[in-house]
Amino acid sequence: MATLRDAFGNVLSVFILILIGVLAFSIRLFSVIKYESVIHEFDPYFNYRVTQFLTKNGIYDFWNWFDDRTWYPLGRVIGGTVYPGLTLTAGSIWWFLNSLNIPLSVETVCVFTAPIFSAFASWATYLLTKEVKGVGAGLTAAALIAMVPSYISRSVAGSYDNEAVAIFALVFTFYLYIKTLNTGSLFYATLNALSYFYMVCSWGGYTFIINLIPMHVLLCIVTGRYSPRLYIAYAPLVILGTLLASLVPVVGFNAVLTSEHFASFLVFIIIHVVALVYYIKGVLSPKLFKVAVTLVVSIGMAVCCMVVAVLVALVASSPTKGWSGRSLSLLDPTYASKYIPIIASVSEHQPPTWPSYFMDINVLAFLVPAGIIACFLPLSDASSFVVLYIVTSVYFSGVMVRLMLVLAPAACIMSGIALSEAFDVLTRSVKLQLPELVEGTASTAEDTPSGYGSVQNEAAKSESSLEKLDDSLRERPSRKHRKKEKENVEKASSKPRKEKRLLVLPLVASAVAIFLLIMLGSFYVVHCVWAAAEAYSAPSIVLTSHSHDGLHVFDDFREAYAWLRHNTEVDDKVASWWDYGYQTTAMANRTVIVDNNTWNNTHIATVGTAMSSPEKPAWEIFNSLDVKYVLVVFGGLVGYPSDDINKFLWMVRIGGGVFPHIKEPDYLRDGQYRIDSQATPTMLNCLMYRLSYYRFVETDGKGFDRVRRTEIGKKYFKLTHFEEVFTTHHWMVRIYKLKPPKNRIRGKTKKSKSSSKSSKSSSIKSTTRRNPWH
Amino acid sequence: MAKDSIMAKVSVYLTLTCLLPLLCNSFSPENPKSQRILVLIDDFAIKYSHSLFFKSLQTRGYDLDFRLADDSKLALQRYGQYLYDGLIIFAPSVEKFGGSIDLATILDFVDSGHDLILAADVGASDLVRDIAAECGADFDEDPAAVVIDHSGYAVSATDGDHTLIAGDDFLQSDVILGSKKTEAPVLFRGIGHSLNPANSLVLKVLSASPCAYSANPKTKLSSPPSLIGSAISLVSVVQARNNARILVSGSLDMFSNRLFRSGVQKAGSSTKHEKSGNEQFVTEISKWVFHERGHLKAVNVKHQKVGETNEPAIYRITDDLEYSVEIYEWTGDDWKPYVADDVQVQFYMMSPYILKNLSNDGKGLYSTSFRVPDVYGVFQFKIAYQRLGYTSLSLSKQIPVRPFRHNEYERFITAAYPYYGSSFSMMAGFFIFSIVYLYNK
Repeated sequence: MATLRDAFGNVLSVFILILIGVLAFSIRLFSVIKYESVIHEFDPYFNYRVTQFLTKNGIYDFWNWFDDRTWYPLGRVIGGTVYPGLTLTAGSIWWFLNSLNIPLSVETVCVFTAPIFSAFASWATYLLTKEVKGVGAGLTAAALIAMVPSYISRSVAGSYDNEAVAIFALVFTFYLYIKTLNTGSLFYATLNALSYFYMVCSWGGYTFIINLIPMHVLLCIVTGRYSPRLYIAYAPLVILGTLLASLVPVVGFNAVLTSEHFASFLVFIIIHVVALVYYIKGVLSPKLFKVAVTLVVSIGMAVCCMVVAVLVALVASSPTKGWSGRSLSLLDPTYASKYIPIIASVSEHQPPTWPSYFMDINVLAFLVPAGIIACFLPLSDASSFVVLYIVTSVYFSGVMVRLMLVLAPAACIMSGIALSEAFDVLTRSVKLQLPELVEGTASTAEDTPSGYGSVQNEAAKSESSLEKLDDSLRERPSRKHRKKEKENVEKASSKPRKEKRLLVLPLVASAVAIFLLIMLGSFYVVHCVWAAAEAYSAPSIVLTSHSHDGLHVFDDFREAYAWLRHNTEVDDKVASWWDYGYQTTAMANRTVIVDNNTWNNTHIATVGTAMSSPEKPAWEIFNSLDVKYVLVVFGGLVGYPSDDINKFLWMVRIGGGVFPHIKEPDYLRDGQYRIDSQATPTMLNCLMYRLSYYRFVETDGKGFDRVRRTEIGKKYFKLTHFEEVFTTHHWMVRIYKLKPPKNRIRGKTKKSKSSSKSSKSSSIKSTTRRNPWH
Repeated sequence: MAKDSIMAKVSVYLTLTCLLPLLCNSFSPENPKSQRILVLIDDFAIKYSHSLFFKSLQTRGYDLDFRLADDSKLALQRYGQYLYDGLIIFAPSVEKFGGSIDLATILDFVDSGHDLILAADVGASDLVRDIAAECGADFDEDPAAVVIDHSGYAVSATDGDHTLIAGDDFLQSDVILGSKKTEAPVLFRGIGHSLNPANSLVLKVLSASPCAYSANPKTKLSSPPSLIGSAISLVSVVQARNNARILVSGSLDMFSNRLFRSGVQKAGSSTKHEKSGNEQFVTEISKWVFHERGHLKAVNVKHQKVGETNEPAIYRITDDLEYSVEIYEWTGDDWKPYVADDVQVQFYMMSPYILKNLSNDGKGLYSTSFRVPDVYGVFQFKIAYQRLGYTSLSLSKQIPVRPFRHNEYERFITAAYPYYGSSFSMMAGFFIFSIVYLYNK
């Protein structure tokens, strides 16, 4: 009977999982349905371009790709500076499909990679949560993550970015770690290292794994949960993982050199010391052991001091103390805004606001605390890991809105646990009491051994029998005697009491609670679908707006890039702010000066300086970089707020950080950034203002900027060193060409008769003014 | 008979239309003998009073087309093609050109690479001044002012106000003034102009002596003259960025037969030259203006790895490469190799990483070889050759330089043998240890 039910349950779980996969995939297709099958935003265009190169030239050329079309004239070694995981994944999918004679274009594969991997990620979440709290929690968590808005925002169809596969890799690595921890199997440990390798290939966020797992290991050791399983879960990961990670060109020796990885090595040493201590303790008599401990501790301290001294010396020799800028801004949230404006300037590196939490994880934010409580009842190695995961990710998401993405799986796991526990208790209450109502008996539930009272009274939790078996298996090899005895005592004492303590909630209360939870769930689903359909499906290269006279589509970006592609020479260089670099190389196929891979601050500062300089110096800067065209994004006509004028202060800051003659206060009137008649002359004369507002007054006669909601300060002016060559339909992208130097240099004399006369008369006047008594 | 003449006319017409594009090219060394020059004059008398100058041009193969400056059929171009290769304006007093010519068309003519000789004179019109000013030469604004030199004047029986100047302060440039030194001073009567010292395109060919000044000789000097001393340029040349060449002279008389033939004795000097330097000076400078000298071309830029013949699309760091270019100079009827030892090539990425002198083989082939620096990026082979009087050569050719491929590094490094040894011995040791540990009971 029970086996039949198990089998039925398993089949049901498989079907539910398949449905969850379908849900995760299909909820991300709104962007394709509402817009078109197109790559989104900025970074995905780069990834798309790299994937095209990969599919065309093969993996070795990709590995050694030196791209001379970006960062002119420095170029960029793409193969050595890119996380290849996503590209290789999509490239292999494309290759696989093509070898099956399914001729999909590279673009199609790229567009749908993210939704496919979202399904994988939800299955990985199921596995992880199942390891922590059982199948029910796993299924709930998988269903939650399939549609959590935070993750959808990064993985809608077309959002072909590293995070698309990295979240799957992250969760799957955690699952394999927990699996190894629970089973002590070297097989899973090896898989874990491979999964970690995939994560390293995919995303710079792998440092989160290589810091979180050591933290958890340390936590286990400190709380006396050291076991050989822990050793097997950790030691191979560090060795194999580090070896594999250093195979990825972009990581290379960083895997052993940078501070992000030091924690893992430190904990690696500690776990060996602890293992040795446990071994010696088992071999020696208690008395001898004490002697040995003092010996080891003294020697160990000496060695530790030396190692620490060496490390400190190494680390202190680097100006950033061995940390990368992004990591430092994680540890010290004010770091970036103080020292690296280029990191602070990116909107996804800003700290999130509370509404963005509500937007991105919705009701999960409220369920997470309940999940944490559930994890402590009882605290196992696995549940302590997820608790640690949620705590750290909450902190990180608080620093950078982008890392909300790391929080999302943790929040889903926690909420899944909480919801599943709650449903477990509530449905059991109903189940126990319904027959009571009908027949007055309460003896049906032998195989569901615990009740709601557990939350307050005891450690025995609702667990499936299989889970319990696992649990006891887990407890058995634990070497921390005191703890284990205590637990055993507790367990033993609690078992007989279980039947009596089957505290169940009142029937009505549980029914209402179930109803409310379902309402909560539906609210979540409605919100997620809305977020997927409305908020996160816009590709950002095509914009739409609804007004009283219908739907407006702004396709200016592609218009501009197409113009560049068709009307400029192949080797022409296009300068723009770095946001548009990837798109220009991918869509217009023209060389750019800077792009979204912000690896060279000076180069970006040069462009920032040019944009904030008057025309002539700007022309000289651009000319020295062989720039032919300058592209600016201008939203003043249609009210597109993320245009270059709004980003302009960052250009000033970044430019001024390297070239001190650009000073931010020069562009501000009384600390206020404005472009109206109160604006400073520096602001009104800088290249960005002139290129944005050139001829703008001709549109409405007043020059009313609909983003800044004001009339511009300087309406009529001419460009001397630049000429307008193209402006898109809605003026969102304006392209200017650098004028060549004058063929002749004019003399001083005024050109026309009248003006020479007037100049003569004015000079006469000025002489008379100078010499009134003459 | 009539039919034949019609046929002949048609064929002539056809030939002309076929030749038209050729005729209307700017400086075209391929058919130098068919260069057409438009001469705009105030009055046909100039054609005869300056005939020596025109003759010298015609004997050098130029086809001169004399037109009155106010001829209503004047046109520089037809159907978008220029009809002339050069323009001589000997009409200092013209207020407005006839036909379709005006200031803008003349400047367009120059900007499309054609040459111009402009002679002004006392009372030059605003139009002439404007053309000169657009080219960078500012004539004295006082319309009645002429250049007066009380110490450097030419001794003559008639001229009492020292406005006929014997100028001998030449620009030192064999390219512009010919290799034969002009012995006799050049007679000059006319107005002076000044140049903006910041203007790098314009050169003073004949400057006034330090005690010259520009003023109206008929009135009393009430205020200090605005142009004085050697800041006054009498004759200047301009080489525009597109290598169009312009001659600006403040004196139309300088080109006249009278001054060509006249003897000259500079005041204070005892030597009396039988013949003034005008003819030589004007002829040589007109050769330069019409690109018979100092016109360089660079062709056949080649670069390849040492030992290879094909030009690669990309270099690797530390590759050895060869670079070569051929440079020729126009001599008036064909290209002859240009020989100089100061031509340099830069391997340039924001700043020159390598700057090397090119060695030449005397036949115009300049070459060098060097090693690509250990820096990757998008480099350029740059030649920026600017010498006085020569057209500026500026070539740049973009070439990316990539880092090593993953399999181009050394496979085994000698210095790392201890590490190889340690890792392999560690592996062996671990293997043995495992066997011993597992099977040794």
